[in-house]
Amino acid sequence: MEKKEILVLEDLLGSNKKIASEIRSKLTQKGILTINFMSSPGAGKTTLLERIAEHMKPDHKMAVIEGDIETERDAERIRAKGILAWQIITGGACHLEARMIGKLFSEIPPDLDFLFIENVGNLVCPASYDLGENIRCVLLSVPEGDDKPKKYPKAFFTSDCLILTKSDLLPLLPFDSARAQKEASEINPKLKIFVTSSLKNEGIEELVAFFIATRQQLLNQNA
Amino acid sequence: MHELSIVGSLFEIMEEKAREKGAKRITFVKLQVGKLSGVVPEFLVTAFDVYKKNTIAEEAGLEIEEVPLKVRCKTCGKTMIRDDFVFLCLGCGSQDLDTLTGTELFLEKMELEI
Repeated sequence: MEKKEILVLEDLLGSNKKIASEIRSKLTQKGILTINFMSSPGAGKTTLLERIAEHMKPDHKMAVIEGDIETERDAERIRAKGILAWQIITGGACHLEARMIGKLFSEIPPDLDFLFIENVGNLVCPASYDLGENIRCVLLSVPEGDDKPKKYPKAFFTSDCLILTKSDLLPLLPFDSARAQKEASEINPKLKIFVTSSLKNEGIEELVAFFIATRQQLLNQNA
Repeated sequence: MHELSIVGSLFEIMEEKAREKGAKRITFVKLQVGKLSGVVPEFLVTAFDVYKKNTIAEEAGLEIEEVPLKVRCKTCGKTMIRDDFVFLCLGCGSQDLDTLTGTELFLEKMELEI
């Protein structure tokens, strides 16, 4: 019996990253901008998507992939808005992985403009998994508290945008919006920040304009 | 708690490498886990001990090296550790920093019985 030490130096998330890059490259070629929404449960991801759908119609075609541990409820809410939606039920898994998105690939219409992926509600695990998105957004709702960026740094470090949600509750709760934004920017100085209220329909137009402008850049690069 | 899923990927890589080398057993595994890797080392250890039963690595020991978040300032060139996750240069106050280490989640090496 011979003992031998071997150097491996392999990324444990390497296979996920490989699938994610293939997805990103194929969707980008079709002119589809893919956006991954991450947040705690109840931060308002689905409600924000319903609002975004209203702003996108009729000029832009979008679809939504919903990730949940159980139930088809979120996809049904999106479909009720006349938007194509798929539900991934993870059956216990706390995050989506690129291969789950890959399985739906053949069903994604090529004439789509935007593909939104609503991750499983969890501010920790989804941050480790690239799903092939062009833009990653972390949502933070006012009732969760302004201390969350420092407590869950990876979600903020890996995101492109921070979307503060439920801003209509700011007058009622001791949420220091400036502190939340400052601490999120310390972790990630490149973070673009949007303040939104789905209830009052505030800040959604700016967010949608940003997605449209980013897709236009992608189309220009494709050309 | 995605550590079990991560350990699943770890075993896929371990078993493939062991097969390539014609190993009978894996006796030791070393991982590099960055401060900003998003995984908790203690949970990795627990998941590893559960997962290894009835595998080629049943008796394998696991060592985890925790890697600090090290950044380099693009403005003044200073290198520093910022395990407080504040991307601000301690030298010149710039926010334009490169991440050198701290995000890795690597299988570094293994010891095999061949």
